[in-house]
Amino acid sequence: MADRHLEPDSPELRARWGGWAFNPAWEAKAKAAIARYPAGRQRSAVMALLDYAQRQIGEETQTQGWLPIPVIEYVAQYLDMPVIRVVEVATFYMMYNLVPVGRYHVQVCGTTPCMLRGSDDIMAACKARGMHLGHVSDDGLWTLTEVECMGNCASAPMVQINDDNYEDLTPERLNAVLDALARGETPKTGTQEPGRHTVEPVGALSTLTAMVGENHDYRGEW
Amino acid sequence: MSLADKDRIFTNLYGYQPWNLAGAHKRGDWDNTKALLERGQDAIIQEMKDSGLRGRGGAGFPTGMKWSFMPKESKDGRPSVLVINADESEPGSCKDREIIRHDPHKLVEGALVAGFAMRARAAYIYIRGEYIREAETLFAAVAEAYDAGLIGKNACGSGYDFDVFVHRGAGAYICGEETAMIESLEGKKGQPRLKPPFPAGAGLYGCPTTVNNVESIAVAPTILRRGAAWFSSFGREGNKGTKLFQISGHVDRPCVVEEEMSIPFSELIEKHCGGIRGGRGNLLAVIPGGSSVPLVPAEQIWDAPMDFDGLKALGSGLGTAAVIVMDKSTDIVRAISRLSYFYKHESCGQCTPCREGTGWMWRVMERLRTGEADVGEIDMLQQVTKQVEGHTICALGDAAAWPIQGLIKHFRPEIERRIAEYAGDTREAAE
Repeated sequence: MADRHLEPDSPELRARWGGWAFNPAWEAKAKAAIARYPAGRQRSAVMALLDYAQRQIGEETQTQGWLPIPVIEYVAQYLDMPVIRVVEVATFYMMYNLVPVGRYHVQVCGTTPCMLRGSDDIMAACKARGMHLGHVSDDGLWTLTEVECMGNCASAPMVQINDDNYEDLTPERLNAVLDALARGETPKTGTQEPGRHTVEPVGALSTLTAMVGENHDYRGEW
Repeated sequence: MSLADKDRIFTNLYGYQPWNLAGAHKRGDWDNTKALLERGQDAIIQEMKDSGLRGRGGAGFPTGMKWSFMPKESKDGRPSVLVINADESEPGSCKDREIIRHDPHKLVEGALVAGFAMRARAAYIYIRGEYIREAETLFAAVAEAYDAGLIGKNACGSGYDFDVFVHRGAGAYICGEETAMIESLEGKKGQPRLKPPFPAGAGLYGCPTTVNNVESIAVAPTILRRGAAWFSSFGREGNKGTKLFQISGHVDRPCVVEEEMSIPFSELIEKHCGGIRGGRGNLLAVIPGGSSVPLVPAEQIWDAPMDFDGLKALGSGLGTAAVIVMDKSTDIVRAISRLSYFYKHESCGQCTPCREGTGWMWRVMERLRTGEADVGEIDMLQQVTKQVEGHTICALGDAAAWPIQGLIKHFRPEIERRIAEYAGDTREAAE
């Protein structure tokens, strides 16, 4: 986390993002988030509000979104918090983008369970397409990040691209997903292994076979 | 003897059927929950104690006993709170995700039952930020439960008011530590708190708080319905019940599967995973409980019972039952070094031994990986892991130290071989 830094504060940044505010749709979500916590504990909603701000900026810029300093200040004011406390949160949690990113944030899991199943090849496939770690590609389409365990270990290796996971990858399967995204299509999410549903033993279901065809109620067998 | 499908709790584990309330009803969730609550707080806690359920988040603390630490009445008006730990981030662990996206109502019903038993006013479910679609499902499941009157005012017609809120994380492994989670819920950096005070005395917003893992909470309604005797009929003494195992790495068919506690490793792998890739003889080592526990070499793990005590006896642990299998093609030093990088990345920076130590240990691990090191560095690294272990506020320092200690204990000859090989190579090059 020590490697993270904010986009430098500059007159250009201020000119671009000063006066930014939630639009009505995200403001409604922000108010709902604040309502989940007791009165006077509104700062508990800071993580949600930073996420919403990033998402709104993502919509405005056709990217995954990021958090310029004036927007962080806006969130601080919204929650009546010192700005530094919001900066601390924004820099501590990895999902907040502190610098601009591309339209698709390709996050390759490289932790040991994915590594054992071939995440090196997945990372190499991304780089072979011209992506560089921590950079936005020239066409503005891709930002590549190596992330830590995403909790998809039984369907490794995987990438998370914006809000969706693509699992059981090979370089060919990854390229098919990325090609589809680049064409503006919506590829199938989840496992890319033919014949696999989610995290069952593929091709040899060892338990709960009755559940495949119907919503089986086992209580009659208790 | 193996677990029958009728005795599996998570019958929609693979998501073949809808997760929604109607689907969950058909599988037996929310079936007269009011009657469960009418048994009373003390009876519920006793049943949980009798079931032998130990916390599924890794530490294995008896769940019923944990619930009993909560105050029976509030002397100063502070309400009690249940926090459910869905910040599943331990490398290898991928069970809570399946519960949340395929059987979320087991968790929401469990939240009500557990919250009622510990006299809590509300539950906060802290779900890791990267589980984006899973959080959408969970929000929707909670909304369904509110609409059906199952939670909220007069939950299930019981006369008990209980709220369930979902809180999304944003990418920090350390928030899986209970006091870091509480800090994060309060809108701060997730840095662990010193204990005492323990959360049961002063936790979220200073209120008495219990933090439980998703799986511990989600199994509670079924345990109450089927009885402690049923649950404790599985597994060895002190290691009761059924458990979600998550098998990743070099097996033919990685999967998540609910099995009986204490199932031998070999049976788990051969029955559900199609065996080790390349056969039993190709097995090198196993990390049996998620990245934080030391690895176990092939010959020791094969017949071992997969439970808390069985793996502890091997110098490792059950952890979250995230079984990472490594065959002989594995660069074992790199596999552990990658975990060292993970802990360096995830250290919250609060305690010096961990903040500095995790980076230092990773850098030395990288030297050992390439062999560009002095043989004395192995002992130095071992010594440093001992200086990190036990000298930090939370267990992340321990978790960073143990995998390295396991590697040195079982694979020292391999590390020495690399150092000798590298030295030989450079000598050759010099000549």
